Amino acid sequence: MNKNKVTTMAAKKLSLKEKYSLLTRDLDWEFSYQDRKDAFPMEEFEGIKITDWSKWEDPFRLTMDAYWKYQAEKEKKLYAILDAFAQNNGHLNVSDPRYVNAIKLFLTGISPQEYQAHQGFAHIGRQYGGVGARIACQMQSIDELRHVQTQVHAMSQFNKYFDGFQSWSNMQDRVWYLSVPTSFFHDARSAGPFEFLVAIGFSFEYVLTNLLFVPFMSGAAYNGDMATVTFGFSAQSDEARHMTLGLEVIKFLLEQHEDNVPIVQKWIDKWFWRGTRLLTLVGMMMDYMLPNKVMSWKEAWEVYFEEAGGALFKDLARYGITMPKYAALVEKEKEHISHQAWWTFYTHGHATGFHTWIPTDEELDWLSEKYPETFDKYYRPRWEMAKKLEAEGKRFYTKALPQLCTTCQIPMLFTEMDDPTQIAYRDTVYNGDRYHFCSDGCKDIFHDEPEKYVQSWLPVHQILQGNCGGPGVEQVLSDYYHFNVGADNMDMKGSPDEKRWKQWKGVA
Amino acid sequence: MSVQAIVPDYRGVVRDRFENFHGNQLVYVAWDKHLMFCAPFAFPVPPEMSFKSLLTDVATDVFAVHPEFDQLDWSKAEWLLDGQPFIPQLDVALKDQGISHKSVLRFQTPELKGYMGADI
Repeated sequence: MNKNKVTTMAAKKLSLKEKYSLLTRDLDWEFSYQDRKDAFPMEEFEGIKITDWSKWEDPFRLTMDAYWKYQAEKEKKLYAILDAFAQNNGHLNVSDPRYVNAIKLFLTGISPQEYQAHQGFAHIGRQYGGVGARIACQMQSIDELRHVQTQVHAMSQFNKYFDGFQSWSNMQDRVWYLSVPTSFFHDARSAGPFEFLVAIGFSFEYVLTNLLFVPFMSGAAYNGDMATVTFGFSAQSDEARHMTLGLEVIKFLLEQHEDNVPIVQKWIDKWFWRGTRLLTLVGMMMDYMLPNKVMSWKEAWEVYFEEAGGALFKDLARYGITMPKYAALVEKEKEHISHQAWWTFYTHGHATGFHTWIPTDEELDWLSEKYPETFDKYYRPRWEMAKKLEAEGKRFYTKALPQLCTTCQIPMLFTEMDDPTQIAYRDTVYNGDRYHFCSDGCKDIFHDEPEKYVQSWLPVHQILQGNCGGPGVEQVLSDYYHFNVGADNMDMKGSPDEKRWKQWKGVA
Repeated sequence: MSVQAIVPDYRGVVRDRFENFHGNQLVYVAWDKHLMFCAPFAFPVPPEMSFKSLLTDVATDVFAVHPEFDQLDWSKAEWLLDGQPFIPQLDVALKDQGISHKSVLRFQTPELKGYMGADI
């Protein structure tokens, strides 16, 4: 009793360094009557060899008490701005009502993955033998939970005035295009703790995160959406910490044992590919969904991957790590994927939880300018065709469900990059069943762990097995996806969103 | 190794087995170089269905919206089954001419160049 009192008294005078040590590294203990391997049962099965956890360098010197204090200050500022946004009818200041569809995609596609990241980091924050890694993951876990909360709060103002925001948590597990980000995180979370950290902490947070956050947050700024800009800023210092953790884990694993190098390289190859496939949705958002454009997807890829990522991999070369396997292919893909994706959404606009539309003539010219090698040749004719059909009163929606890639779960919409008029087909037969892929990258991932991906919950196949209600697509949309059919989906033209906007703005 | 798992001999549940489709099999059908249709279509059809019925009762409705569909002559279309050249027999059941669960059928019409000649 007496002894405790002394400790408490003394704690008030601790230096930052001592406090840091007590509140992080000192939280560990020696196991006297249990085998350490039983306490951390997931540490070895992936083949990663850790010889000395004490070599882990904490990527951010933050203790829990300081963490709460910083985060609370950020929350105060964020919620003050969100209140002001609501009171000033901030939703009326967006550039164009089409913009709101970009954040519908964010809320349904990205925010639930923040929650999955929270769950994933909470899980691995229990699994490492090293206390430094455990603490870092626990803090990131809390960050991710904060992100999903602040995003939902920031966007709740739009939910009062626009369609399509009402059932994001239900939609994430069910809707065909949302299975793309959802299955990405399921894949990572069902892997071992080291693969999860390389997948989410390094490949996604460190290598690719700028391609997700910068476009959305700059897009919000360019389009008058102060609420989204503000949560972006509020998350930025967290993201910086997450990137530091991502880099630390790579260096730590590579320095611990040379046998780790090929395993880490394989994970980098896999998650870089999965990440770029996922970012197709962001590319489409940048090129087609933002009324005021920030930059093209191609430009973003060049700045944030080819330049920044190129320097990173040069730095990692001393460990024997090389550029991700399909980086050269992705360099070609930057000319195509956003166009191929928006055409897919446009032609499936009856089955999407946000509105789709034909780009304006001005926007078509912007695309020609940004994609001089490809847009006029391959993609403008599609929009000329769509315009013609629309003018004839025959706005085009496809009548059947698309084939999906077993690994990334994206419809088989990608072409051969050396022949952009030919859909890319890859397939394999495993244990008597045939499996299809959009690319060599996705096929490689399946081949490495077929017993994992034979379980892919492919939305189209689930509908056709009768597991998503029905019998028709319309019942699936309304009863299983919880869309307000006729309001959330279909073209922007003639939508309730558009009608209300015109009323607010007093235009006919 | 077929999966990196913490338990030995881990086996995944095959979610898309033929048995799960209530008597149907899946067939994917695509019109090559006609990218108005962004991806191949997935159709659940009985394995006993004839090829002719697949074309007239299933595929026609979906592809007929293409402006070139009126010029399409099925008898001149060239086919690929799972990537290999294939000559369909119109009155034979799918299952009796090698079109199995999750097979891909692609047809090519070299004389039809797509909307504005742009493979669309």
